[in-house]
Amino acid sequence: MRLYAVVAAGGFRRYATYRTATAAGVFTNTVFGFIVAYTYTALWEQRPQLGGYDLSQAVTYVWIGQSLLMTCAMMGGGFEDELMDRIRTGDVAIDLYRPADLQLWWLASDLGRAAFHLLGRGIVPMALGALAFELSLPENPLVWAAFLCSVFLGVVVSFAVRFLVALSAFWLLDGAGVGQITFLAGMFFSGMLLPLTLFPGLLGEVARALPWSSLLQIPADVFLGRHTGWGLVGAFAFQAGWALALLALGRLLQSVATRRVVVQGG
Amino acid sequence: MVQSERTLEREWPRSPLWEGLRAYGLIVAMWMRSTMAYRASFAMTAFGNFAATAFDFVTILLMFSHVDQLGGYSLPEVAFLYGAAGAAFGLADLAFGSMDRLGRRVRDGTLDTLLVRPAPVLAQVAADRFALRRLGRIVQGLLVLGYALTTLDIAWTPLKVAMVPMMILSGAVIFASVFVAGGAFQFWAQDAAEVQNSFTYGGTTLLQYPPTVFAKDLVRGVTFVVPLAFVNWMPALYVMDRDDPLGLPDWAAFLPPVVAVGCCALAGLAWRVGLRAYRSTGS
Repeated sequence: MRLYAVVAAGGFRRYATYRTATAAGVFTNTVFGFIVAYTYTALWEQRPQLGGYDLSQAVTYVWIGQSLLMTCAMMGGGFEDELMDRIRTGDVAIDLYRPADLQLWWLASDLGRAAFHLLGRGIVPMALGALAFELSLPENPLVWAAFLCSVFLGVVVSFAVRFLVALSAFWLLDGAGVGQITFLAGMFFSGMLLPLTLFPGLLGEVARALPWSSLLQIPADVFLGRHTGWGLVGAFAFQAGWALALLALGRLLQSVATRRVVVQGG
Repeated sequence: MVQSERTLEREWPRSPLWEGLRAYGLIVAMWMRSTMAYRASFAMTAFGNFAATAFDFVTILLMFSHVDQLGGYSLPEVAFLYGAAGAAFGLADLAFGSMDRLGRRVRDGTLDTLLVRPAPVLAQVAADRFALRRLGRIVQGLLVLGYALTTLDIAWTPLKVAMVPMMILSGAVIFASVFVAGGAFQFWAQDAAEVQNSFTYGGTTLLQYPPTVFAKDLVRGVTFVVPLAFVNWMPALYVMDRDDPLGLPDWAAFLPPVVAVGCCALAGLAWRVGLRAYRSTGS
């Protein structure tokens, strides 16, 4: 357990090193936050209460999205490119030789990365957004706690998906195509482009049932106080269910994949 | 034979611009050959590029499934703005999209390799890892533009017809200048590629929507500070007989080529200053 805490701390520190990049990222998140918030304003002025949000909630949703974009790695990015590289070059053999579990190792490091991005790239855009727009921020500290819990589960789901993507390199060697599909699915089905409650009919139902809704839609709804009581328990259960199912699948795939690894000596 | 080659060279003195274009063309041809070595991979990534940008338009379609107008503009009108911005940005991205790798080259010191080669650095950086798959974005923009042009009810005049290609070409040059200026900025801020992204990707996202959606100050900013409004808003509003939200005179709609040339000059200047200020890495 201590080992994984150290790995997580390492993941945190690694991203904390790049201060200019973090500042640049905050700038980008803020610029996009402004652009999208204005388009949502135009939309909600025409149709107040669209998707069950009022204008202020809709704009808040935008800023939550910008704050969580990197935390929940909705566009991908993070450990999976590195792991895919290690699989392709064969360096993964060294990882498998270590007295640590491959999946838990990368999970710990990804949690560290997410924690840094939540602090480094989440807080400032949200604060700037709150200055320029009227946001619906929760007053009850318990809602904030529930939000953080939901974000944590979202990060685990995101990790579990990206771990599967990375493992695909054992069979495909080149992960570019799978990576691109993950990027698209992450952007569209997390609710980053438009809240999933605005998706029509069957598309909406499917989108809300897919794992990606754990990345933004559910944490945002928890933040906006749309899940309370048993509804909140249900939302957590949905996220945890996907997390466990995908982690288990990753574990299974990992054991199949590692049997394929042929270590070349020399 | 040797003699005649020499006279050829003397007849056409090699200007820096010609030199740059030649180097750019050679490097681009090299990357295209390497891309085409894996045709299936190219087809997939080009399609991915197409699909990634198409989701932007799907978002707009989903918005219009709930409303008839956005900021007072109909779907075909928004599609016109979207298609023009997308095609212009796509062209610039194809030609200069690699500029954001400059920061990485400055950091790891590989920029030095480019400095010692007998070709303009800008051409080398711009053509670096030339990605033909970015055609996907251009195609997507042009398709949406085609949809807009066939559904919009416009009283076409020769001037308005000429405005469409002029807008896309000038827009591409304006975006290309932003790419180059952003690259120059990275000589100082080595790992700030995302700042550039907010002006390029952020800029094109902004231009996909009507100017009436945004606060006046933001519109003023992208008109007078970073003149992105000349990419599509100004000329498109003229074509669609729409009022300019800033109340600029009509002839402002014809300014994009002038603005494009001005942007080029400024970006070129920024590039020179940046390159001069460059100090190689080292401990």
